[in-house]
Amino acid sequence: MLVELDVPKCVASGQCVMAAPDVFDQREDDGVAILLEEHPGDELLDEVREAVAICPAAAIRLAEQ
Amino acid sequence: MPDIPSCPVTGASESLPEYPLPRAAECPLAPAPAAQELRAGKPITKVRIWNGSTPWLITRHADQRALLPDPRVSDDDLDPGFPYVNAHRAEIAPVTPRLITNTDAPEHTRLRRTVNGPFVVRRIETMRAPIQKIVDDLIDDMLAGPNPIDLLKAFAFPLPSLVIAELLGVPYEDHDFFQRNSGVVLDGAVAPEVARKASGELAAYLDRLLTKKMTDPGEDVLSEMAGRVKAGEMTHTEAVHMGVAMLIAGHETTTTMISLGTLAFLQHPDQLALLREAEDPKVIANAVDEVLRYLTIVQTGVRRVAKDDIEIGDVVIRKGDGMIFDLHAANWDPEVFPEAECLDITRPARIHQAFGYGPHQCLGQNLARLELQVAYGALYRRIPTLRLAADLADLEFDHTGTTYGVKSLPVAW
Ligand code: HEM
Ligand code: SF4
Repeated sequence: MLVELDVPKCVASGQCVMAAPDVFDQREDDGVAILLEEHPGDELLDEVREAVAICPAAAIRLAEQ
Repeated sequence: MPDIPSCPVTGASESLPEYPLPRAAECPLAPAPAAQELRAGKPITKVRIWNGSTPWLITRHADQRALLPDPRVSDDDLDPGFPYVNAHRAEIAPVTPRLITNTDAPEHTRLRRTVNGPFVVRRIETMRAPIQKIVDDLIDDMLAGPNPIDLLKAFAFPLPSLVIAELLGVPYEDHDFFQRNSGVVLDGAVAPEVARKASGELAAYLDRLLTKKMTDPGEDVLSEMAGRVKAGEMTHTEAVHMGVAMLIAGHETTTTMISLGTLAFLQHPDQLALLREAEDPKVIANAVDEVLRYLTIVQTGVRRVAKDDIEIGDVVIRKGDGMIFDLHAANWDPEVFPEAECLDITRPARIHQAFGYGPHQCLGQNLARLELQVAYGALYRRIPTLRLAADLADLEFDHTGTTYGVKSLPVAW
């Protein structure tokens, strides 16, 4: 799968980190999201889907499954 | 076509529903029945509010998700079309500095990033042990004290106060002062001048503490902001206002979720049993989100104004129109939550909008979740015989505040 993160849209809520901690992290000083893994393994699909669904800024896209 | 006199328009708007919509007395925890009917029949429709203005009321989950992150949907409360919650809010808007609560991107993004550091998920998680200690101590005191007792006074009120003191970096010896004054500020029953005096004392206190943190910083929110003030990224006044805002936004909400949440669980003994016996922290975490969804305590909804024309479904929201997003109606939307009227801690609940949605979604949500996980996780386990010590019909609910709470919650064990 291919995950895309639109950093300028991110409002640093950390919801993606809660949903998929192996795929997302946050910058220590302001909480802006960091994409750790552009191509996470399929076992993380549900977690990534949840991150996409709950991101309040609609900043995450599942470009390919 | 001849010009039509204004009569029919007035006539039509006179029949608009008055917002807020009343709840049904026999279902004190459910959303207003009329809000549920509107969601099914007229999901985006005009309502009339206290000052006679007629903003749009948006009740469907999907429509709220489409609109709230839209850059044309603004939080600018200086816009004449902004649908203020009440006269007091309308009055203070012009004299309130621009904060995260009344700005849009890019200003909002900049301001929010300056205060967000302490709310980063990994840093919030480090507060688990201190919160557990606060919870355990409060329950020890409760068990050693009178029975029955008001759960609000004994547990639901002091917990968030102590946690916010910890978050802001208020030294332990000042906790009593801090808790006493925030109690007065949040007490709807005290005279306005008494509340104003207490709020002034709190602001003056935070002002002094901020100055102290400039030279002697710790790992807390005030120290973080002191660093930003030194670096010229925010002013001293903005930092003090932000500290007070966190106290106000984070205290009553969490208190209410503990007391009303406990009431909801006591009304649903099967769900309470599931929660009490849960070993998996994920089950407790989901129970917290489900009860946040079920109760959706922010009863004033989220207020916005349109900065441009917005077409959605078969309506056009015009530039300058106010918008009210009824979060409770969206969280009981059967399209997203089948049998929404059932409290079910095993359902996927995470997509609820009890913390709002879009760029203004609650700054403190991760902290609130953590407090509730620790509180629910400990209280019902340590006091398994906890029960309501009053009739449901005798409980007094707050229908006018920002959050829908219960004024006291007598419990026994
Ligand atoms: C269960 C408890 C809580 C609930 C239900 C809740 C609910 C909400 C909601 C619905 C909003 C969105 C307002 C809007 O979009 O206009 C919000 C915003 C906010 N909340 Fe909370 N909240 C809770 C706890 C907290 C805590 C613990 C804190 C801080 C320590 C906090 C601080 C804030 C702040 C600063 C905002 C404004 C964010 C912005 O406008 O960018 N809240 N909250
Ligand atoms: S959930 Fe969205 S807004 Fe929040 S940190 Fe992740 S990408 Fe940013």
